[in-house]
Amino acid sequence: MLYRTAGQFKTSYKADQALFPVRQDAILLGVILAFAWVIFPFTASEFAFQTMLIPVLIYALAALGLNILTGYAGQLSLGTGAFMGVGAYACYKMVTLFPWMNPVVAILLSGFFSAGVGVAFGIPSLRIKGFYLAIATLAAQFFLTWLFEKWAWLYNYNASGAIQVPNIQMFGIYVTGPQADSIVQYFLVLGIVTVMTLLCINLTRGTLGRTWKATRDMDIAAELIGINLMTSKLTAFAISSYVVGVAGALYVFMWKGAAEPNVFYIQLSFQVLFIAIIGGLGSILGNFLGAILIVGLPVVLNLVPGALGIPISSAMVEHLNTMIIGALIVFFLIVEPHGLARLWALIREKLIIWPFPH
Amino acid sequence: MKDTEGYVTADGRQIGGVLMELRNITLKFGGVTAINDISFDIREGEIRAIIGPNGAGKSSMLNVISGFYTPTEGSVWYKGEQRPKMKPYEVARMGVARTFQNIALFEGMTVLDNVMTGRLTHMNAGILSQAIWWGSARDEEMENREKVERVIDFLEIQNIRKTPVGRLPYGLKKRVELARALAAEPSILLLDEPMAGMNVEEKEDMSRFILDVNDEFGTTICLIEHDMGVVMDLSDRVVVMDYGRKIGDGSPDEVRSNQDVIDAYLGVPH
Repeated sequence: MLYRTAGQFKTSYKADQALFPVRQDAILLGVILAFAWVIFPFTASEFAFQTMLIPVLIYALAALGLNILTGYAGQLSLGTGAFMGVGAYACYKMVTLFPWMNPVVAILLSGFFSAGVGVAFGIPSLRIKGFYLAIATLAAQFFLTWLFEKWAWLYNYNASGAIQVPNIQMFGIYVTGPQADSIVQYFLVLGIVTVMTLLCINLTRGTLGRTWKATRDMDIAAELIGINLMTSKLTAFAISSYVVGVAGALYVFMWKGAAEPNVFYIQLSFQVLFIAIIGGLGSILGNFLGAILIVGLPVVLNLVPGALGIPISSAMVEHLNTMIIGALIVFFLIVEPHGLARLWALIREKLIIWPFPH
Repeated sequence: MKDTEGYVTADGRQIGGVLMELRNITLKFGGVTAINDISFDIREGEIRAIIGPNGAGKSSMLNVISGFYTPTEGSVWYKGEQRPKMKPYEVARMGVARTFQNIALFEGMTVLDNVMTGRLTHMNAGILSQAIWWGSARDEEMENREKVERVIDFLEIQNIRKTPVGRLPYGLKKRVELARALAAEPSILLLDEPMAGMNVEEKEDMSRFILDVNDEFGTTICLIEHDMGVVMDLSDRVVVMDYGRKIGDGSPDEVRSNQDVIDAYLGVPH
């Protein structure tokens, strides 16, 4: 009833290809944006910012980057963690070499470094596919994290070997470093994520998106209808790594505040890959749903026993967490291999025709 | 030089000059000779068929034309010029579109998106413009959507335009594939067994579409087909292949009465 599309006629192709051809989708998104931009920031506690709101956005952005490559262009990558690292280290070098640089500009520029590295490691994709490509990107993962450890110039020869985010002001307000307020950082992250998501939606529904999807679905046919596979794959690597690199810079600058190379180990790659798979490959919305699940579940599991008065040690919570998330991943892959986004699509389809069965 | 005046078909259509010419094409895979010294031409506006028993090298021939294989020897002449060695996507951009024997659609995309991919060779807005969905990218999208809709109307697939291709039955998939090839507005359209696996009714539909395409858009068509009745009815001229060699070339009637062709199809030892 609420989602009935009857009566919404399109009289032009422009209207038919608008971002939200169905009015209810636009309203729903408006409500979500209102929550994200107005209600959450003014009701959330410091704890909520640090454990839920900011990480969900950053992980969602990283998963979005990976999804462009894996979900849309069909090129499997296990190097996401390292590409995030490239963004983070590039951003760190920029703000320390050029202290006058606007931090947001630095974050957005750092994506270009990871895009360059991504394209370089994407070149094997012209020759190899599937698992073999995954192994090639795995090489990128190990090589880059090794570089983060060994190349002291990257972390300014710190004794600790870690990068420490400096306090940087923007218009008289601290935006990075220990003195920055969570709410300021949240708004910056939200702004960047909102804009980049919008740009990615446009890219994936336009010419480039169709080129990627054609490459993913059947590369031989794609080439025979006039798609240059090299440009198609390398643009996917470039744009995907750009987004992932920005997510990496945000990860360190707007959330963690400091990072050692081991932060960018393969665990991070897998975490982002899980978000993309559970959320739904080839979907934008899925990245956000997946990030909410993967980031939110541990938080909820931590809070529930305490709230119910069950005495559980924090180590036990940790174990339970791992087990439950593992079980959930298996469950979701069996029940809905196309992820949470498909689940929502099915619900939406049912809502549109409700109360009739078909 | 060779004649450019063309000829008039039995049903009174004027056929133009030579659009594509294959000269002494030989294609070898290691020790196997798939195509052995074959020459023929395709004229503007005609429906040209390539027939032959299984394994005769017909699909290889089509792959040579569409640039998927580079011939071991011989040359392809297109619009009066010798075609240099090219990547398949470059050939496609020169106006050669094709369909496949085993349907090669993009299963994860809707019918509309599939047909839109056929227009990719005509779309060149920058990445930035695409990202903000403004300016040239959006205009281009609308222009091409309009052209695609014309093809969708033409092939009568309006009602499934938003359906994911994976859900469609076989006959419709074949039609969508034709739509994708047509959307590119090719100068020459290659059809690899457009009627394989269809029932009589679907074959009739497909035949009608092929004739209409040729009639309405003036598209030159080169097709491979096993159904002799269809081939003889549709095509203006027929090339017959057997074991990689050309054994016949001419109008359907000439080919039908060619002794070599009859032998090849009836399996006379040779």
